[in-house]
Amino acid sequence: MHRPTVPGWPRITSRPAGRGHRMAAPAMGRMWPNRTTTSVGLVVVRTGDIGPQRARSDPGPRGHPGSGPVSGDAEDASAQSRTDETNDGGCMPRDEMTIDVALERLVVLDEQDEVDQELLPDLDDEFLRRLYRTMLLSRRFDERRLKLQRQGRIGTFAPAIGQEAAQLGAISAIDDDDWFVPSYRDTTAAIWRGTPLWGLLLYDAGHNEGAEPPEGQKDLPIAVPVGSQIPHATGLGFAARYRDTGEVVLTMFGDGATSEGDFHEAVNFASVHETPVVFFCQNNQYAISTPVELQTGSHTIVQKAVAYGVPGIQVDGNDVLGVHVAAREAVERARAGQGPTLIEAVTYRQSVHTTADDPSTYRDEEEEQEWMERDPIDRLARFLRDREILDDDRRQQLEDEVGEEVQAAWQEGEQRMQELTDPLEIFEHVYAERPAYLEEQREAFRRDHEAAQQNSTGKGDDG
Amino acid sequence: MAEMTMIQALNLALHQEMGNDESVLVLGEDVAQSGGVFRVTDGLKDAYGGQRVIDTPLAESAIAATSIGMAINGLKPVCEMQFSGFSYYAMHQLENHAARMRWRSRGRYHVPMVARMPYGAGVKALEHHSESKEAWFASIPGLKMVVPSGPRVARGLLVSAIRDPDPVVFFEPKASYRAFKEDVPDDEETVALGTSRVVREGEDVTIIAYGAMLRRALQAAESLAEDGIEAEVIDVMTISPLDDAPFTESVRRTGRAVIVHEAQRSFGPAGEIAFRILERSFWWLEAPIRRVTGYDVQVPFFAREQAYLPDADRIERAARSALSEE
Repeated sequence: MHRPTVPGWPRITSRPAGRGHRMAAPAMGRMWPNRTTTSVGLVVVRTGDIGPQRARSDPGPRGHPGSGPVSGDAEDASAQSRTDETNDGGCMPRDEMTIDVALERLVVLDEQDEVDQELLPDLDDEFLRRLYRTMLLSRRFDERRLKLQRQGRIGTFAPAIGQEAAQLGAISAIDDDDWFVPSYRDTTAAIWRGTPLWGLLLYDAGHNEGAEPPEGQKDLPIAVPVGSQIPHATGLGFAARYRDTGEVVLTMFGDGATSEGDFHEAVNFASVHETPVVFFCQNNQYAISTPVELQTGSHTIVQKAVAYGVPGIQVDGNDVLGVHVAAREAVERARAGQGPTLIEAVTYRQSVHTTADDPSTYRDEEEEQEWMERDPIDRLARFLRDREILDDDRRQQLEDEVGEEVQAAWQEGEQRMQELTDPLEIFEHVYAERPAYLEEQREAFRRDHEAAQQNSTGKGDDG
Repeated sequence: MAEMTMIQALNLALHQEMGNDESVLVLGEDVAQSGGVFRVTDGLKDAYGGQRVIDTPLAESAIAATSIGMAINGLKPVCEMQFSGFSYYAMHQLENHAARMRWRSRGRYHVPMVARMPYGAGVKALEHHSESKEAWFASIPGLKMVVPSGPRVARGLLVSAIRDPDPVVFFEPKASYRAFKEDVPDDEETVALGTSRVVREGEDVTIIAYGAMLRRALQAAESLAEDGIEAEVIDVMTISPLDDAPFTESVRRTGRAVIVHEAQRSFGPAGEIAFRILERSFWWLEAPIRRVTGYDVQVPFFAREQAYLPDADRIERAARSALSEE
């Protein structure tokens, strides 16, 4: 079984972007040219004149009546069909309507280590080293967590292994004052935002305390129901625009989430109301065992942007620099009041869906191996070495550092867990004020709990 | 003080709260330009503009979920589900996120939103427009579930719901929307959430009702009074958090209780109300607790909806039955 690594675009022809930039001839095995604009000539065949373009009674949230991706050709088509009215309405005309849209694909640092100098973002060495260190830390943290889970010290979790570049390229494009609305696999992004590893471990070990975002960090807690967090981003963005806070919202989700109604509702709502949101899809090829081909009949995720009337761009998700460029543009657009963007980062879930999953039942090693060769961390490491930003000695030093950091995080987490033993905690934070009946239940629980403890220590036997 | 219908009273509450607080927004299907299918939001767009009174895409989950996002980011959205029968698309967002965000984030975020929805039978509507599923919402920790019975309390409860720091599902009995008028004060008035109230005093039997059923309970009480039986009638107003003090105290005096709701009988709110009475007032009971409810069938199409609904006769018979026990 061999599946194409990237969903193809068989019905769509592409041409280089009109930016004076010329792509190199595709090398063997290259996934795609560096930056291309794909013109999608959607041809809609319709019968009859479906009536004049309806003028909106007010400019609406988008501020321009009759706005949307339908080009002037539609009017031409209308006009043309009106010329057929001489047919006395007996013969319905059948004509074409062109919807003029552009979608982009982007890679800066490709899997052959070729770099597009024109697209290369201007990032200083320290920032690049920080990107590398964060990816490495996230990888080693996940590897450690897999061991901890097998030892029974933490529960089920979803590793980010293989997706570090996708997450990091996007999260590094927003500011501290912006909002981050994550899925349950966005560990690399959480680390970049400042979530301590021990906090993530508390969550993994089943402590509610691990879900509380660190003070001042405008992140929502992770959402477990797939895709359900996406429309929260639309609402946060709506409020940001209404209150004129200048905030942008970045939300992350996977390919499976795009099949959920909430994805559709969120992007559609955001498009209509031009909310400052970046919808960032990590297409990691699988939703548990279901490959993306069984997830959607669309050849790509990004082409769904066309239907919503929002800009869409597909990026090589294992190219942290490319993702960063795409995300930064989307963030700038959102911040400038130009509404949402859909980004599809094509990547691969190298590890399990969660620790309860066995990928060998639905995909073969050959495929896994191919993607290992595209590993995002190795790719950035080679780039940094070639540019003399990170030599092998320094790289080894970083390995040692993150190893110690992961170890220290577990020790810290373990120590905190030992302090989090008060079961009365379950009654906290249900409402702003605890209702009388709940206070009563809490009190009853407290009495039962104390009685049970007395029994277990033998004190109860005296009476 | 002006006489108004529940529609007008709810509209007054929205007008006043939007006037008081810029962070209050109204959103939903057809709420802005047309003022809502029942006209509860009539005139709000003219007064406060399209940025604050928003016609949304037809998407109940997004209406609830964007409200959650807005609420986390400093706004107080009042969203409308056009009919409660369509709110099930939004149930997932209300249960999984609105109700849990305070708890999940351990108080970092809270969701001060209101989800208004017309509910209940009695207006000759199509299928899915007549259900009474308050028990679903009331069973969710973190949500509040409010059902007003008349114009004056509807106004006071809605103001309180908008100001509440937690998410509130606000059921509006559409059978009572225009059925009668009450005096509603011009000045601000609130009715605290989580309180029930005695609306008619009596010493013989306690009738507990809410929403559109309260009027029928009161009609039954008047009829009983003609025979010298004085029923105490309690309006629950907030289904969750349930304030059981007034009715459990009342039952200690009357020894008899009749619970009325139009929701289906099994696993309906009467079960919880009855159990509170058992827990707190068991030794004062003189007779088994009665309930008068919808039957455990789908709400029929409207030609037969009155057969399904509790009416004053059924309530009166249940009360007499409770009184005949010794």
